[in-house]
Amino acid sequence: MATEEHSDGLTFHPMDQFKIQPLFREIEPGSCVPAEDIVHGCLKWYEPTNATLWMGLTLLAIFALFVLGTRGRAIIPSRLQSVAELGYGFVHKMVEDVAGKDGLKFFPYIFTLFCFIVFSNFLGLIPGALTTTSHIAVTAFMAVAVFLTVTLVGFVKNGAGFLGLFWVSSAPLALRPVLALIEVISYFVRPVSHSIRLAGNMMAGHAVIKVFAAFAPLVLISGIGIAVTPLSILAIVAMYALEILVAFIQAYVFTILTCVYLKDALHPHH
Amino acid sequence: MANTTTEAAGAVTEATGHAAEAAGHAAQSAGMPQLDFSTFGNQIFWLAVALALIYFVLTRVALPRIGGILADRQGKITSDIAAAEELKLKAEAAEKAYNQALIDARAEANKIVAEARAEIQKDLDKATAKADAEIAAKAAESAKRIEEIRAGAAENVAVVAKDTAEAIVAALGGKADVGAVADAVASRLKG
Repeated sequence: MATEEHSDGLTFHPMDQFKIQPLFREIEPGSCVPAEDIVHGCLKWYEPTNATLWMGLTLLAIFALFVLGTRGRAIIPSRLQSVAELGYGFVHKMVEDVAGKDGLKFFPYIFTLFCFIVFSNFLGLIPGALTTTSHIAVTAFMAVAVFLTVTLVGFVKNGAGFLGLFWVSSAPLALRPVLALIEVISYFVRPVSHSIRLAGNMMAGHAVIKVFAAFAPLVLISGIGIAVTPLSILAIVAMYALEILVAFIQAYVFTILTCVYLKDALHPHH
Repeated sequence: MANTTTEAAGAVTEATGHAAEAAGHAAQSAGMPQLDFSTFGNQIFWLAVALALIYFVLTRVALPRIGGILADRQGKITSDIAAAEELKLKAEAAEKAYNQALIDARAEANKIVAEARAEIQKDLDKATAKADAEIAAKAAESAKRIEEIRAGAAENVAVVAKDTAEAIVAALGGKADVGAVADAVASRLKG
């Protein structure tokens, strides 16, 4: 039945929303096939794309909240200023609680990541928007940056003592080499899980919404649509509510994991 | 002939182009855009730019400002609490002073009342004494007058008795001995 409906005219392109496209031109079909060494039509690294647009809007939103919103510097804050203060306090407390007082040096970096992710996630919920954080390139860049920073900080702060992170001194001696191997592997898997968790969550929810959206016009095509269309619209609403939750939670998870990794770098001993 | 060859060649090129186009389109639309590596460089470049700008805006303007606001608020709250504490101490001191003043005033009032009472008592005593003295003088005078009256009355009684006795004696036909009558009356009055 489903296949019939496909051919009838329902179009499923749940992944099209993630396409990166140049803002001021169309990529000629066939002008970018790297497998066949045709790259003259490919995206140039400096070209402004829809990703550029939505990252720019993220920047503007952050500017509006944290700079324009706090313009008054009021002792008794305006609404916007309390939201800005809330965000500041939220991340500040998280860094302090998880990574400790000496982790606060890294608060601006962590806050930058948190702001970018949370605003990208929420802007991505606007219909027609590109969710930049649903792209593995974006999340992997951030996760690798965190990984490299944390590893560097670990070695600079503790020298070779940082390797103690992998040497579980509370375990029986015989088990320690095995555990060390597992710890090392899990350490290097960190950036992978860190980035895929965020991109995967953002992508999956948006794709599911798109699939439900594709079912919505069924009422125009077939009688069964009388039942399917309201259901799919309801499902879109429910998914959207869930996505609002996910948008915040995934930003929170990315940030708190960054704090945990930072804690390991600052205090590597179990 | 040459024309046809060119045409044929053109057609072949066109066909190849179409095929490539179709293949490219398929490749682009089939997979996940997330795995289209030709966009990675672009995304990472713009991400780096965006993160750098966000970091710049936050560290140069937003974070110092919000940190300042929070510190100011904390300072204001602390200083307000200290000021309130001070005012409370002042109020307590003022209350103590007020109570002390009240006690003092009450004591003063009691003293004044006692003094006034003593003065009045003195005046009263003086007046009483004066009145007593006057009363005593008047009483003494009255007693004297009563004594005088009493003495006068006794004398009169003696005279009347003598005269009466003489009259009775005369009526009985005798001749009264004045001296004897007087002695008899006097003795009778004493007895």
